[in-house]
Amino acid sequence: MRKKKIVSLAILMLLLISTALFGCSSDDSSSGNSGDSGSSGDSGDSAEEKVLIFGRGGDSVSLDPIAVTDGESFKVTKNIFDTLVNFGEQDTEIHPALATEWEAAEDGLTYTFQLEEGVKFHDGTDFNAEAVVANFERWAAGDADKFPYYASMFGGFGDEEGHVIDSVTATGDYEVEFKLKRPQAPFLKNLAMSPFGIASPTAFEAAGDKFGDQPVGTGPFKFVEWKRNDSVTIEKFEDYWVEGEPKLDQVIFRSIPDNSARLNALLSGEIDLADGITPSDSETIESDENLQLFERPSMNVGYLGLTVTREPFDDPKVRQAMNYAIDKQAIVDAFFEGRADVAANPMPSVISGYNDEIDPYPYDPEKAKELLAEAGLADGFEMELYAMPVPRPYMPDGQKVAEAIQKNLADINVKAEIVSFEWATYLEKAANGEADAFLLGWTGDNGDADNFLYVLLDQDNIGSNNYTYYENQELHDLFIQAQTEVDEEVRNDLYKQAQEIIHEDAPWVPLAHSTPLLAGGKNVVNFKAHPTGSDKLASVDLE
Amino acid sequence: MLHYIGRRILQLIPVLLGMTFIVFLIIRAIPGDPAQVILGQQASEEAIKALRTTLGLDNPWYIQYFDYLKGLVTGDLGESLRTRTPVMDEVWPYLAATIELSVFAIIIAVIIGINAGIISAWFQNSWFDYLAMIIALVGVSMPIFWLGLMNQWIFSIELGILPTTGRENVRDPVEVITNFYIIDTILTGQFDQLSTVLKHLVLPGTALATIPMAIIARMTRSSMLEVMRSDYVRTARAKGLKMFFVVYKHALKNAIIPVLTIIGLQMGLLLGGAILTETIFGWPGIGRYIYEAIGFRDYPVIQSGILIVAFIFVMINLFVDLLYSLVDPRIKYD
Repeated sequence: MRKKKIVSLAILMLLLISTALFGCSSDDSSSGNSGDSGSSGDSGDSAEEKVLIFGRGGDSVSLDPIAVTDGESFKVTKNIFDTLVNFGEQDTEIHPALATEWEAAEDGLTYTFQLEEGVKFHDGTDFNAEAVVANFERWAAGDADKFPYYASMFGGFGDEEGHVIDSVTATGDYEVEFKLKRPQAPFLKNLAMSPFGIASPTAFEAAGDKFGDQPVGTGPFKFVEWKRNDSVTIEKFEDYWVEGEPKLDQVIFRSIPDNSARLNALLSGEIDLADGITPSDSETIESDENLQLFERPSMNVGYLGLTVTREPFDDPKVRQAMNYAIDKQAIVDAFFEGRADVAANPMPSVISGYNDEIDPYPYDPEKAKELLAEAGLADGFEMELYAMPVPRPYMPDGQKVAEAIQKNLADINVKAEIVSFEWATYLEKAANGEADAFLLGWTGDNGDADNFLYVLLDQDNIGSNNYTYYENQELHDLFIQAQTEVDEEVRNDLYKQAQEIIHEDAPWVPLAHSTPLLAGGKNVVNFKAHPTGSDKLASVDLE
Repeated sequence: MLHYIGRRILQLIPVLLGMTFIVFLIIRAIPGDPAQVILGQQASEEAIKALRTTLGLDNPWYIQYFDYLKGLVTGDLGESLRTRTPVMDEVWPYLAATIELSVFAIIIAVIIGINAGIISAWFQNSWFDYLAMIIALVGVSMPIFWLGLMNQWIFSIELGILPTTGRENVRDPVEVITNFYIIDTILTGQFDQLSTVLKHLVLPGTALATIPMAIIARMTRSSMLEVMRSDYVRTARAKGLKMFFVVYKHALKNAIIPVLTIIGLQMGLLLGGAILTETIFGWPGIGRYIYEAIGFRDYPVIQSGILIVAFIFVMINLFVDLLYSLVDPRIKYD
């Protein structure tokens, strides 16, 4: 009998709770739009505040910029931290930031920076030369595991031979001197990168490994709260050193992984700005009078890599034939909705050193057949074509691009079989040289030619980012010389020569430089998408 | 009873152990290197090698496995390779988010599913029966992805009554205490927040409830039909009991046992299988946590995440088994 009672009681409770739940939810629905929509917010005290909600595909890994390599982390830290020098609004020219001016010695081995005075970190600590030195000391004492980008951009740590920075000294309260072991041409560009945001020494010493959960910088916004995989909230720093900035009171980054769902959230007014808009949705946005489309200036390349260690791609003639055979313009029109430029070189034209005398190989199947015949492959051949399993800005739909290429190749009697793997597997197999031909791409870090050409095509990077196993000694010498060349014009010439060699050797079929898209409400003003993918939101406002 | 529970819990150990072993082997059999993923595409080969050593990925797999087991015994679930945080410390918010969503979904599924099943059986071959079973058939085969996006379009964009994604109004964030937002808002007395939190549950909750609801409805119907034909039901009706009491009091009690099993299994599946729903609705749950860890080859998170979900799954089933004896006193565990 007792058991019976318990059961009835349990069922009764279940009913009660569920009726209550249903009751509540239907009540709320009738109260209309007060939930999430409408930028005025729904709680009385926040009605006056300007809150911008930025929807994006993934969450940050850590908010300590030096500890990470992913763009979603930099999107946030760019607004919490300032760097010594900064990129231009929509390019990668160098502008003053925490350093008001600087001087490079003739030999390129010494840089002296004058720092902005009266700047404070969010925790009240003073920003000065000591703080800059403390940051560089912290980084140089790390290892590749802790501070991966430091190693990639400055060659190593501490006493290691590759480490470019010899010493960083405070030569005055607001003057810092960098001594380098050898000249590094992109030195200033490296300093402008998000990972090298200057953090409060008091804060990182106190927080230790936990600094990524409670970041403190000098940036326009200070950290408030982070709900993992959900939202990161930052709010206006009242004592920001730039007069009149930031305009917004709060910025909230929300992760909404699915592209269509993120667009839905934008359409319903829950978010003000959405990253990762697929080209095919651009029409929906342009036809909606409440929305606007933003284009991120292109700093990427999507390409078809040809593994030069695998037959028949060991023959440059065959590689050139592939370049003639593929109709790049058709691919750009169909799968990038025209929001991309056909690529001629492995890097986009905004990067200094770009060789504009090189034209893309024209679409010419007859010429391709001739070249194949010259290579002794008049009857064609069979190959495997790797199609990217994930969408990336430089390759919105790998599968469809692969199908278009397959069709182009069939016209010159080359039978391509499309294969695909889960992303990490795909990268590993390509890095091992297991693919005949593969679709891939790259987004630049600092807008320097070295960051494209050397990283992607030099023999030093075989097994990592040089997936085609392409090597050329002459090219390698040009790259090494360019790395330490401080004269901009001479350096650009070196890169122009390099692009000619690459064009001739044709280890890639460069396909496109795409323009990644964002969308936002009409009330978002002054938003300028930065080519690096991390946007400073200090001057953005809501009307 | 206690004896039975003890024995069942002891039986769990080899099950969970076997599972950790299989998961461990599978994720190491697939190519992909966590060190490479952590350091990014720019990293040099030496750096990757050094990191592999620090992370212990250079050791033979069986040593890695025993290290992992050693940790488990001392309650250490390992440390995420990506965020460098112990899984134990970071898993709770994700787990709580998923539990809240699954419980909400299973309540919807049970209430609607069981009642639809009962009424269908009661009025067998009526228009309601046909309609309900057609809807159930559609429900079982419904692609969640499509359903979720359609619901967002209808209820958020066109009607503007429900939010598309997320757990809360981020402009007015919930103060986190337990990570169950319904409970947190009640504890802090923020009833307007409670209503927003419930609204956020509706779309993902119904999307997640669709399939279990359909399965429960079909199961209830067939189970009820069988019981309704039995002698004792006929006797009950013959002695003039109201049909409603016959169905809901006498018949349901016997018919509910197989349905309970299904509910238990479905609840377990919801916990681990909510990945799609969590992705479409931007729900920060454990499904997405594990799924993203796979992409990053974050071995400890994958292993321990699956272990936690599996543990809850078997515990729910144990609980359901115990529930049998409450519902039906003829079932005894001794």
